[in-house]
Amino acid sequence: MPPSRAEVLQGTLDLLVLKTLDSMGPVHGFGIAQRIEQVSEELLQLNQGTLYPALLRLEQRGWIASKWGVSENNRKAKYYSLTRAGRKQLREEVESWERMSAMINRLLKTS
Amino acid sequence: MRDLCLVFIHRLVALFHRRHLDDDLDAELRSHLEMAVELNLRRGMTAEDARREALRRFGGVDRIKEIYRSQRGLPVIETTLRDLRFGCRLLRRSPGFSLSAILCLTLGIGANIAVFSWIEGILFRPFPAVVHQERLLALSGTARGTQDSTDLSWPDFVDFQRACTQIDLIEDKIMGTTLSIGDRAERASGSIVSPNYFAALGIHPVLGRGFTADEGTGRNAHPVTVISYWTWQERFNGDPGIIGKTQVLNGLPYTIIGVAPQGFYGTFVGYAMQFWVPTSMQERFDAGGYKLEDRGARWIEGFAKLKPGVTREQAQEEISAVAKRLAAAYPATNRGRGIRLLPLWQTPFNKASELLPTLGITLAMASLVLLIACANVSNLMLVRSLARQREMTIRLAVGCGRGQLLKQLFTEGLVLSMFAAAGGLAVAYGCRNVLAMFFPAPNGVALNLRGELDWRVLAFGAGVCLVSTLLFGLIPALQTAKVDLAAALKFESGSVVGGRGRSRVRSLLILLQVSLGFVLLVGAGLLIRSVQEMRTASPGFATEDVLTTGLDLFSAGYDAQHAKNFQDELSERVRALPGVKSIAFARVRPFSYLPYSTASILVDGYQAAPDEQPAVEYNEVDPAYFATLGIPLVSGHDFATTDTEAAPLVAVVNETMVEKYWHGEDPVGKRLQVNGRWMQVIAVARNSMYWTFLETPKPFFYVPLRQNFSLRAVLHIRTSAAPETIAAALAGEIHALDGSLAPQEVITMREHIERSTSAQRIAMTVLSLFSGLALVLAVVGLYGVMSYMVSQRRRELGLRMALGASASDLLRLVMSHGLALTAGGVVLGVAAALGLTRLLGYILYKVSPRDPLAFASAFVVMTIASLAACFLPAWRAPRIDPVRALRD
Repeated sequence: MPPSRAEVLQGTLDLLVLKTLDSMGPVHGFGIAQRIEQVSEELLQLNQGTLYPALLRLEQRGWIASKWGVSENNRKAKYYSLTRAGRKQLREEVESWERMSAMINRLLKTS
Repeated sequence: MRDLCLVFIHRLVALFHRRHLDDDLDAELRSHLEMAVELNLRRGMTAEDARREALRRFGGVDRIKEIYRSQRGLPVIETTLRDLRFGCRLLRRSPGFSLSAILCLTLGIGANIAVFSWIEGILFRPFPAVVHQERLLALSGTARGTQDSTDLSWPDFVDFQRACTQIDLIEDKIMGTTLSIGDRAERASGSIVSPNYFAALGIHPVLGRGFTADEGTGRNAHPVTVISYWTWQERFNGDPGIIGKTQVLNGLPYTIIGVAPQGFYGTFVGYAMQFWVPTSMQERFDAGGYKLEDRGARWIEGFAKLKPGVTREQAQEEISAVAKRLAAAYPATNRGRGIRLLPLWQTPFNKASELLPTLGITLAMASLVLLIACANVSNLMLVRSLARQREMTIRLAVGCGRGQLLKQLFTEGLVLSMFAAAGGLAVAYGCRNVLAMFFPAPNGVALNLRGELDWRVLAFGAGVCLVSTLLFGLIPALQTAKVDLAAALKFESGSVVGGRGRSRVRSLLILLQVSLGFVLLVGAGLLIRSVQEMRTASPGFATEDVLTTGLDLFSAGYDAQHAKNFQDELSERVRALPGVKSIAFARVRPFSYLPYSTASILVDGYQAAPDEQPAVEYNEVDPAYFATLGIPLVSGHDFATTDTEAAPLVAVVNETMVEKYWHGEDPVGKRLQVNGRWMQVIAVARNSMYWTFLETPKPFFYVPLRQNFSLRAVLHIRTSAAPETIAAALAGEIHALDGSLAPQEVITMREHIERSTSAQRIAMTVLSLFSGLALVLAVVGLYGVMSYMVSQRRRELGLRMALGASASDLLRLVMSHGLALTAGGVVLGVAAALGLTRLLGYILYKVSPRDPLAFASAFVVMTIASLAACFLPAWRAPRIDPVRALRD
């Protein structure tokens, strides 16, 4: 039986996208989806399409910017990159995620 | 918060390039899928598998797009825009329906906006140039024992101004003069104003300055004037060096010290002022003599301007307290007197008071017209909603919510009424100056009665637009939303669903229209009768063969003695003209704006109430006055030419005065004290009207002009000759006596009185117009319903014919249906009219609000109109081909 694939936790998709952009630099939507799946070793099941509303959401908030460019295979693609505000947002979200998961870990260990 | 704003802006911007963004998204998703397919191919899948796997991993493309789009724009606005676009498209598709609906509504909405803009411009905000005109209140003097508003005296005014801390008092007394500039002489209106006038109103002269405080005092000491922008431009050709030049007014050169800004016409509703002079110059403009030190001479009209943050009640309290102090300090002149501060629309002394009831009634009528128009549009929409039955059913069937459906229907209605509101604004703009047409300008005095199209009027228009959308949209919308899906889908397309309920609703709408139209017809009938009554009524003096004109010896610089000689000589010459029976000078002409003199009186044997100070109006007249105007004397004898300055003072009183002060006993030979002087009563004159036809009989008396001389007098000539011949002859005689003098316009008293009844004529004209409109709308509505009924009942009518009904049977059938509707409407209309016409009571003269003739004529007109409306559809009914009707 293959390891069960986890649904992306509500609200964490934004964080994953921001983090991906932070470590990879400008990248297109397909690239982001692939990267998230690779890093999670295919454990994370992503409806790749849901990425796009998320990207729009982040862009509307001014955390990421987009620009049309050409991919390595000479294909037209839209490239996303982190803005200054996005970088700040990422730091805050990582911090709060760590606080949160540390707390949950403590809870799980003590009980 | 900042985030939310950013998001909102993004979404808003996105609304405007939806198409571009859609293309963008398509391209992006396509490129994603292609990359995925490519990768899968590289991993060794078949082309088909690669594609399927890519799509599977992506999830539903269309669903994603939908989520994406709803997150990108503003869905509420987008659907509204869509509904609006759809509404416009529908309107374009049935231009006949749209045009008739928009026309109906334009008339209804336009009438309301136009009337409201008049009310705004004349009653609520008559002085757009004045800073904070909402803080202006009209000053109205009160006296115990009368409801009438009185003017103020200058000493009182000054005391009020000094003592009141919460208001600025502003004096503004209209007066006229001859303005001679170059070789052009014309009548001009100006105002005597308190020196704070311009400063308190916040009016900054464009050139020069306003008046200074010291220019208000000193008898005739400050011959300075501020001229209006219009005068500067039109009469002085915009001369930039105008300040410091002089202009002769009433024979005295005045230094022009300022030019008022454009758009400032003074503060007398109705007239546009051409110049202003300070109070100190009162005597030069008032033939009644010097009044600035006389507390008993009440001649000032004016306003109070509230200081910031002060309410009317506080100011009223303060000024009442001061009035009480003055009454105690000067009982001879001020006993029982007070001051009321009234909002501008209740101003007692200008055209506002004359027009207030008329405008109120007009607005009520306009709203009735709007109701009728809405009923008509509602009817049209009901017919159309029938044609759209199928569309609605399908919308419901494919999952459109009823709420959404209603929203769409209202949006469509809104499109209609927005077009109509735009048209209505154009109508109102075109009608801005219509009211001025009812007031013939006396001798070139500029009129200023305009509607004001400010934001309040626009807001009112928007409100009317929304309300009417709700009114005419409600019934069709409810009918549509009631559609029974299962039942509707079972029927063939084009068949009638809910026809019965709908036609009942339409009949109800017709009832409403007919009854409202009937009310307006009755109202118009009443006003027409009233104006007719006025035209033929006797005001208590002769009107047909009496000519009248003005002759301003005061402005021409005469002194009293010269004026008396002049009058004597002129009377002599005019009496000698062929056809002239008599001639009489008098200070005031009945039914004119110029006020009569008022005197405090004392009568032996009359006990006044503790704080009543009896005051009665009077006129100064020549001995021939009663004969010339045909006012009979019921006892005693007429004034004689011997009643001159040297002779004992005499007076003639009217019947009401006898009733009130002598308790009906003949006062001839008794004495009467007028302003402290005793006079002997020598006759009693029959009552007549003094101001308007609507007044109640009031005490009044006459004194000889020679014993109470005034330089400014009017002429009355009794003659059988035509006005034109007398006018020419009179001008000739005057010219022969003094080459520099000319009489004012020579008209009959009848013409003069008619000019003074403008308010009634406005109401009559507007109401006639509105009732005509209402009639047309009601007839069109009735016609529509009847034609529709005939087409709807084709099958039934055809069957009847096949079974042997004759053409006249069918005609009767349809006609009787239409007439039944009319009869019902008229019955409702009679009931409504009996309740509503009471509102007209204010302006009706000698006509009862329940005048049977007005009701009968309205009935006849309505019946004929509806017969006409029903006839065509009824005539068509027997011409239905029974074979085809039954086969269809």
